[in-house]
Amino acid sequence: MEHIPILKVGEFLLVSIQVDMHDRLAMTLQDDLTTKLVATRAKGVLIDISSLEMVDSFIGRMLGHMAAMAGVLGAEAVVVGMQPAVAITIVELGMELTGVRTALSVDKGMALLRTLVDEDSFTLNPVS
Amino acid sequence: MSDPTSNHIADILARYEQPILEEWLREQSAALSARRDLISDADLRRQSAEFLALFTPACRSGSLTDITAPEWQQSCNFLGDVSRSRATQGFSPSETATFVFSLKQPFFFHLRQELGTDAATLAEEMWSATVLLDKLGLYTTEVHQKAREQVIKRQQAEMLELSTPVVKLWDGIIAMPLIGTLDSGRANIMMENLLQSIVDTGSGIAIVDITGVPTVDTLVAQYLLKTVSAARLMGAECIISGIRPQIAQTMVQLGVEFGTVVTKASLADALAYAFRQIGCSVARQTPRA
Repeated sequence: MEHIPILKVGEFLLVSIQVDMHDRLAMTLQDDLTTKLVATRAKGVLIDISSLEMVDSFIGRMLGHMAAMAGVLGAEAVVVGMQPAVAITIVELGMELTGVRTALSVDKGMALLRTLVDEDSFTLNPVS
Repeated sequence: MSDPTSNHIADILARYEQPILEEWLREQSAALSARRDLISDADLRRQSAEFLALFTPACRSGSLTDITAPEWQQSCNFLGDVSRSRATQGFSPSETATFVFSLKQPFFFHLRQELGTDAATLAEEMWSATVLLDKLGLYTTEVHQKAREQVIKRQQAEMLELSTPVVKLWDGIIAMPLIGTLDSGRANIMMENLLQSIVDTGSGIAIVDITGVPTVDTLVAQYLLKTVSAARLMGAECIISGIRPQIAQTMVQLGVEFGTVVTKASLADALAYAFRQIGCSVARQTPRA
């Protein structure tokens, strides 16, 4: 069965979607990501969709769900590299993906994740 | 040829070519007296003579009722060129059609002189000549209209190109000043331009300045919100600036909500905000005098 690789980079996970997403692949990715998050206790996930040329409402919703699932598991999720056409489509479909954090590139997404995770640990251990 | 009446018209045109041309030119000069600045006498004479030279053989060889026939093609092409050039020179459609219609009077004058005794033939000839000239006149109007429409289309396209420039204000900050009324076509181009520039420059902050937008109604606000949402999805923050006092009032009265979008009164305020966001600050080198 087809899988999208999930790489561990430091304390974060990196998912790079480089093939056309179909519904079954999306469901598999959700499964894999949640499993891997729990197994590695990663603090953040970067979802790189810079190669994604087309989206439909299902894939759009899946992006939102993956971010929400990461949140439930105590990790931050950042979607990076969304193409203009994809962004316009998602907005035209009426999905604002309000809860999802975004960044322009993997670099910037990584920086954002670091600040988010730092803030979290700061609020968790205010005395240290 | 097949139509025996055609010979009379062609004969008269050929025999009286010079006097008809002179009288026709007088008629045109009188009709266009207010437009002397747009076309010179020499041009007018050249165009008229050229048209008569094409018109006479066409009358002789072709049908007088169907100007789409191949014999008329040259005349029609020439008329088309004349009306197109007049359309761009700024003549009105009726002034352009006068070119053909003013030929009637001198031509009918000579027709009457020639066939004055034969009332039945005269009436018949006049009728076929009128029908023919009316058709040619309407043709010029049609071409004139088309030429004007082309000018309008080209200007619209030029306006679209001109209207949505994206400028880089700082490393990581781009701005798009919007000028003129936003309709759905322009809004789409604006959105695509801005988003593409965000990708190309890797800018994290985009300022949309609406100082030049005359009115902001719910529709325009919706376009702006869509752009902001799309930019956010790509990982850039959008600031809307240049909201004039009048516009702020109308927006509140209309119930337009910009929600969580950052809005500023001027581009300067937006830039200051953007600097804070990327961790830059502007300091004065020397104390204020």
